[in-house]
This record gives sequence, C-alpha cells and structure tokens, in this order.
Amino acid sequence: MKRKLLSLLLVAALPLSLMTGCGDSGNTSGNSSSGTNDSAQTSDNSQTTDNAAADSNASAGGGSVYYLNFKPEADAAWQQLAAEYTSQTGVSVKVVTAASGTYSDTLTAEMAKSDAPTLYNIGNMSGLNDWNDYALDLSGTAIYDERVNDDYVLFDETGAPKALGYCYESFGIIVNKALLDKAGYSLDDITDFASLKDVADDIHARAGELGFDAFSAPGLDGSSSWRFSGHLANVPLFYEFRDDNVTEQPATITGAYLDNFRNIWDLYITDTAATPTSLATSTGDESEAEFGNAKAVFYQNGDWEFSNLTGNFGMSADDIAMIPIYCGVAGEEKAGLNSGTENCWAVNSQASDENIQATLDFMYWVVTSDEGTSMLAEQFSGIPFKNAKDSANVFGANAKAYASAGNYTLSWAFNHTPNVDSWRATVVTALATYSADPSDANWDAVVQAFVDGWAIEYTAENG
Amino acid sequence: MKNSNHSIGDTILTVLFTLICIVWIIPIVAVLINSFKSNDFVNTNAFALPNSESFVGLANYVKGVTFGNYPFVKALGFSLLITIASVALILLFTSMTAWYITRVNSTFSKIFYYLCLFSMIVPFQMVMFTLTFTADQLKLNTPYTIPVVYLGFGAGMAIFMFVGFIKGIPLEVEEAVAIDGGGPVCTFFLVILPMLKPTLISVGILETMWVLNDYLLPYLVLDRTKYMTIPILVQYLKGSYGSVDLGATMAVIMLSIIPTIILYLLCQKHIIKGVAAGAVKG
Amino acid sequence: MKKKAKKYNDATVVNSKLIRRPIQRWFPLFVLPTFICFIIGFVWPFIQGIYLSFCTFNVPKDAKWVGMDNYVKAFSDASFGHAFWNTAGFAVISILVINLFAFAIAYALTQNMAGANLFRTVFFMPNLIGGVVLGYIWSMIFDAILKKYDTYLTANATYGFWGLVILVAWQQIGYMMIIYIAGLQAVPGDMLEAARIDGANNWQTLTRIIIPNIMSSVTICTFLTLTNSFKMFDQNLALTGGAPSVIMNGAKVNMTELLALNIYSTYNINKNWHGVAQAKAVVFFLLVAVLAIAQLTATRSKEVQQ
Repeated sequence: MKRKLLSLLLVAALPLSLMTGCGDSGNTSGNSSSGTNDSAQTSDNSQTTDNAAADSNASAGGGSVYYLNFKPEADAAWQQLAAEYTSQTGVSVKVVTAASGTYSDTLTAEMAKSDAPTLYNIGNMSGLNDWNDYALDLSGTAIYDERVNDDYVLFDETGAPKALGYCYESFGIIVNKALLDKAGYSLDDITDFASLKDVADDIHARAGELGFDAFSAPGLDGSSSWRFSGHLANVPLFYEFRDDNVTEQPATITGAYLDNFRNIWDLYITDTAATPTSLATSTGDESEAEFGNAKAVFYQNGDWEFSNLTGNFGMSADDIAMIPIYCGVAGEEKAGLNSGTENCWAVNSQASDENIQATLDFMYWVVTSDEGTSMLAEQFSGIPFKNAKDSANVFGANAKAYASAGNYTLSWAFNHTPNVDSWRATVVTALATYSADPSDANWDAVVQAFVDGWAIEYTAENG
Repeated sequence: MKNSNHSIGDTILTVLFTLICIVWIIPIVAVLINSFKSNDFVNTNAFALPNSESFVGLANYVKGVTFGNYPFVKALGFSLLITIASVALILLFTSMTAWYITRVNSTFSKIFYYLCLFSMIVPFQMVMFTLTFTADQLKLNTPYTIPVVYLGFGAGMAIFMFVGFIKGIPLEVEEAVAIDGGGPVCTFFLVILPMLKPTLISVGILETMWVLNDYLLPYLVLDRTKYMTIPILVQYLKGSYGSVDLGATMAVIMLSIIPTIILYLLCQKHIIKGVAAGAVKG
Repeated sequence: MKKKAKKYNDATVVNSKLIRRPIQRWFPLFVLPTFICFIIGFVWPFIQGIYLSFCTFNVPKDAKWVGMDNYVKAFSDASFGHAFWNTAGFAVISILVINLFAFAIAYALTQNMAGANLFRTVFFMPNLIGGVVLGYIWSMIFDAILKKYDTYLTANATYGFWGLVILVAWQQIGYMMIIYIAGLQAVPGDMLEAARIDGANNWQTLTRIIIPNIMSSVTICTFLTLTNSFKMFDQNLALTGGAPSVIMNGAKVNMTELLALNIYSTYNINKNWHGVAQAKAVVFFLLVAVLAIAQLTATRSKEVQQ
C-alpha cells in the first residue's frame, strides 16, 4: 500500500521517479534516464507558461474583446486601432484575421473553443441562419442606434436585428477614361448594353493599332473567379428577385435573366486580349495588372480596388470611374452600381456578459471616435453610420452619384446564395468549360449550375 | 560468352535506370528551377530554365520566408518541436507500456493490447471531429501540448511493434537482474531499452514521417490563429484567394523539403531498414 | 538467497513473483501516462464519434439525438456514392500500378546492378515529402504540362483522377520497392541455385521460385496500397480538392473527391451536416475495418500454407 502511494506520487514528478527508481536497486548509472528527464521537463515547463499566459489574459479587467476579422486587407488597420483602444481604455482587444478563403472554417473552429470570438463577421442571411444562436439581438444598443438606415442590417425570422453592416461596397465595370478617350469615346457614349458592346467591339477590333484591348482578362482561376460567379452573377439574380419580389432566400430560382448574363459574359470573353482556353487558369493579378498597366479599358471589379489602382499602379483618380454592369435588361439606362455588404458585425451572444459589454463599447467607439471613423474612411468606401467621414474613394462617390441621380441600386442579391462557395464552384466549372468552347450545350450546363445548383445547395443548407 | 552478354545487359539496365531516376527527380528539380524564377515565368513556362529575364536570384526565398501573414521560420520551428517532442514521448512511453503488457499478463493488459490493435485500423476521419473538441477542452491545442494527442492516437502501432519485439526477449536476463535486487524501472532502462534499439529506430522513423508530414490533425487541433506547421502553411499558400506568388511558393516548398532530404541522406540506411521492418510487422 | 531460489522452481511462479508483481507496482509509471493519452486521443473521441453519428450537433455539447437520420442522409447523398466508386476505382488502379512497378524495380535492383544503392535512394525519396506538399508540386507540374495543350488539371475529372494515380505512384513505389527488396533478399539462395542447375530460365525462376517465395511481401504491399488508397486525404485535398464540381443527375458531385475528403467537405457544408459527416465517418471506418480484417485473414492463411 505504501509503495503504491509512493509510486503514484513519483509519477507526478516523473523525472524524479526515474532517478529514485534506479536508486532503489543501488545502481546509479543512468544515461538513458537523464535523457528522458529532459524531454519530460520541457513539456512540463511549457505547459505552465501556457497556463500563465491564459491567466494573464483572463485577468485583464472586467471584459475583453476578441474580434475575428473577415477582411485580410484591413488586418493591419484593425490591429492598430485595437492597440489604440487598449491604450486609451485598458480593455484588451484581440484581433485575429482568418487567412483569405478560410473564414468560415476558422469561425467554426474558433466558436467551438472556450475562448471564442466575441465579435465576428456574418456575410449574409445564410450565414445568419448558421450563427443565429450565437448572435446577440442588437436592438436597443448604442451602436445599433448609430446606423443610418436598415439597408445593411440582417434581421432574423423574428425580426430582431442580429448583424449590423459596418461598411458597404460597390462594384461594377471600372473604366480607364483616358484610354476610352484615346479610342475616341467618352463615358456618355455608354448608356446600356448595346452601346457598351459597340464601344467594346470597336476597341477590340482596333486593339493592335491602339495598343490596348477592351476588357481585361475575365480569369476563372480561384483568385479571380469570384468576380463572375459572385459579382457578375448578382446582376441576373437581382433582376429576377426584383421581378418576383424575393426578399428572403428562395428555395429555387428561375434563371429568367441568364440570357442577359450570357450577353455580358460573351462580351467579356470576346473583347479581350486573353485567349478563351487560357481563361480557366488566368489569375486575378494578371487581370488587375492588365488594367493597371493601361492594357485594357474595362475591368470588372469593386471599389476596394481603388487603393491598388491609384497606389500600386499609380493611376490618377481622375482617369478612373465605375459604371454599371449593363447586360441588355429593359430600363437599364437607369441602373446604378451594385452596392451592398457582406461585412456585418455580430456579437457572440454566448460570450460572458462582461465580454459582450466590452465588445459593444468597442464597436460604439469605432463608429463614433475620431480614430475609428478615420480608419473606417481610409479602409472602406461606404460607411453606413451617422458620424462617418468622407472617403477619398472615387468609386464610392460614383455609387452615391448614381443613387442621388435617381438610378436604382442593384442590391446584393447574391447574399441569398445558399452554400455559397459550393454553388460558385459549380458555376465556375461550367463557365470555364463554356468559355473554352462557347456552344449552346455548354451554356445549358451553366444554366443548370445556376438553377439546379441553387436548388441542390438550398436543400443541402437547409435540409 | 555468357559473361560478356551479362555485362552488356547490365550496362543497358544501369543506363535505363539512370534515365528513370532522372525522370523520377524531375518534380523536385522543377520546384528548384521555378524557385529562382519570377512569378510570371512560372506561370507561362514552368519547365524552362531560368534565363537572364526570368532569373530573380534569391528574391523568391527572401519573399517566401516572409510570405503571407505567418513567418516561415515559426512554422518550421513548430513543426520540428511537435515532431521531436511527439516522437520522443511516443518512444519512451509506448516502449514502457509494451514491456508492461508483455510481462504482466493481466486482463487489463490484454484489453489494452487489443484496443491498440483495434486503433490501428480506425481511420483518422472517424475521430477527427470529436478529437478536435476534446483537444480544445483539454488545452491540447498548442505545439507544446499536442504531443499528448500524438501519443494517444499513435500509441497503437508503436505498442504493437514493441510488443512484437519484446516477446522475443528471453526472460532470463530480466530474472537475473531481478534476483540481483534491481527494480523494474532499473531493469527496463538499463536492460530492456538498450535491447530495443532496432525497434526504437524503426518506430521512431515511422512516427517521424507521420508527424512531420501530418496535415489534418494539427490543422484541426492546433489554434491556427497562433500556430502553424509547415504542411498547414503550404496549404494556406495554395488555398488562399487573392494573389498567389508562385515563385515565392516554390521557394517555400523547396525550403520545406530540404531538411527532410538532408535528414534522409544522412540516415538513409536506418530509414530504409526501419521501413522494411515496420512494414513486415504492420 | 539459495533458500529463496528453491521456492521458485516453477518458471511461471518465478515470472510472477520476480518480474510480474514488481512491474505491476509500477503501473502508474509504465502504463498510466500512455493509457490516459490513449483515452484522450483515441478511445473517448471514438466513442463520442459513434454517439454523435446519431445526433445533430454544431459542437458536441448541443447534440440532439436523431436516430438513423444521419445514416439515411449519408446513403442518399449522391456525392458519397460517387466518392466511394472513385475510391474503389482509384484503389484498384493504384494497387496494380504501384505494385507492378515496385516489384519490377526491386527485381532489377537485386540483380547486382551497378548503382543499385543510388537508384534505391532516389526511388525512395518522394516518400518523405508530405502529402500536401506533394499535391502542390504535382498540381504545378500537371498544369504546366496541360497548359501546352490549352487545358488544365481541374478541367475534367479524368485529368484529376490520373493525376492522383501518378502522384501516389511516384510517392509510394519507393516504399513498396523497399519491402519487395527485403522479400527478394530473403529468397533462399539454395533454391535459386538448384533452379539454375536444373536449367530453369530467368522467367521460370521468377514465376516458379521467386514469386511464390515473396507472397508475404506481395500481401503486405497489396494491403498497404489498398488501405493507403482508401485513407487518401492530403494528396487529394492539395492536388484538386475535389474539383471540378458538376451537377449530375440532380445532385452536386465533386468529381475527383475520394471518401476521406468527402467526409471532410460534408462536415464543412454547415452545422446541419456535422452529424451526417460523422455518420459517413462511421461507415468509412467499417469499410476500412473490413478491409483490414480481410488483410489479417489473408496473411494468416498464407502463413499457414508456408
């Protein structure tokens, strides 16, 4: 009995026990035991340091903030802002950014952990369906009252506001006005799909002589394909949902405007310098560089490109503008840009009360303080809060100008896409096949990926 | 007559195999070549040798180690730490357990042994989701504590191999030590462990190859916001949307396989023997 | 001392008193650490895994019992069936390719060839590179080759499938070669000598003497390649990640997805699928277990024959 107790005690201090064990036999030479000694000790030590670190985290005051950021490009700015907040208030703010393309993986993993994010991003309704149990009802909070309108708020089925857009973005066709001018046109010449096609066809036909082509490559590599399976797909979805008064995620879609989608896609893949077969592996960087280096007049992308184009490529802000994506829909002369958000803040309702309060305070500070609003204005083009500062982003200004001229904004209908990454993957596969060989049969596969794919993904997500 | 025939055949065979071996290392050579070329040229013609236009010297390597939002050196360090700690832990504890199981013929020993055998046929997918939760609850999600998970999941094969070997060790030696008054701890570390050397090497090599190259377990278990290993880092490079610098990625891959190749060339004999022994047992 | 020794005339008593009891006292040192880790790393996750396959859950603490629902869903999921047939086809082809080449190389290398050691070193090398890195290397190479024909690896399932076969062949031939070499070196020299004296040609020696003598190596390699193919994950993920995905018979299928990857991607659809993924994992486990038991039986019967 005594020895049993003793040996149990010894195990608790393993390195010691090895020595004593050998000591028993009166044989004290133990090369092997000293080796094992070391490794056991190292793992012991590290465990304690880790615990100590965890302790110091927890003891950092009443509550702390853990923000799981969705936008890698804004990571540095958030880190800086968090440090600023901590130095002002003493409240610890941890900002973690998921590597791009891994956000939903990371969120799932992090939420399962004991030290879960208190503030995180929900992209759209289907994201809210997934995380509704973890999203705090924001009504009545100070941050919620700072919003300008309900356009960028996600409500759950009971009508409670659960996620709050902190920025909105616009996309369309970015135009190099200087090149357009060289080709003998101006923005006023483009008012609908027919006129866009005329201009683009003409530029493409004269590409050799002009030294630039109409559209930058519509690459379908993973780094570029979201521009089409996501953004461009928004156009037919928006019109369909507008006709059918769809406001919630529909179980099926009709694909009524897919012929229009084909119009614009055919234009992209025809009036470009890239060969059709190269599109599947052509990257977003290549396309951006083509436009940035003045090799193409048109480039479909969003306002987030502004800093890259003016910064990295040194384009003048006066030379660039964003126009709507025209695709041959009746009345599209009055179209505006595609504006919306997939950046909505949600507060983890399962966090402790102190942490929830700390998080709400932090959010309020971000949208009201000088430091916070400056950072938002620098990083994002549209900020839907009362105290927002003006952004220098020309494309954001384009979006506002269209809206104030009475043009309709194409809202982000694609936010309803069920199981979005999976749906897009199928669409991209079909688009790539079609682009290499633009036959009607291959277009049917695109339609199938759109329409049947939607129904399948809807069932997968909700069933 | 017959002899000369033979040597001609031999020469042809040797030449043939030299050619096959050259083909065999093309993938690695391709990575090496491209790690010295700028991104555009990797894209356009991956098999072309670097020329004055495409050659960028060590720029890709410089960029590679500072790539993305996670430093390469950190991932390498964690990879090595996890591998060394896990393999050391596995070797020490499973050899002790295997000795116990072999020498103490109790019901518990039998059950434990059969559980170990059973664990060898269970694919990781069966336990991966639940293991992730358990590991997180017990704070095994750091490089310092993840060796516990490796010991747990890797114990089966190691114990199986050790038991197979220990069964062949005659009892007389241990009895002699026991009669001289040596305790079991002493017997094990001074007598048994030295005899286990060949199996220790085999198991050590198999476990090292497993842990060092393992992707899914650390990917799921580790707190990825803080810790990454080389395989995770490489998958992040490939998986990320946005810009992918192929040249720099090739440099990262090259950096990640160089240590393995050096290790292999240094202990080739042991590795090959270990694999042969392990396979025959498994 | 002598008095005591007399009492221990029976070997088992000696064993029990001298060896067994003292070791048993050290149970907490010798067994407990391993056992606890084994419970944490295997037994508990395994049991919990079985339980959760009958539940819907986001995280285990909010699991709700749903009975066989997950299994019904798993079996009615077309992508699971497709992944199964993919895996089976892939296993058959890679078993043939890997074993034929591995044996041929091993046979050649054991013929006293000049440079055999160097060749062996080269062939084995890919084995040490991790699956994810391998996948990346090969996707670069395949894309570079296919680019010359204006296409790319994930353009259709055939490229992805054969790409994976080439990748694993490159990776595993060296490993199986080592096992075959060990087998070939163990073929009794006097038998070969006797065959030579009897005037058997090389082909006869190979088929009548060598192959029957290395059947245990053949069994080991066959089942190693079989289980490796069934458990294939890293390479699959890194090479194609399952792409291309298409709509087939009203269901979405990732054309180059194998079983292990299918389980993983099912889990990542959303929380409604966590339970289904776990159910698929249980089915997958049973499948692998059946294969492993078949292996054991086959190896046993071979041993009996010898």
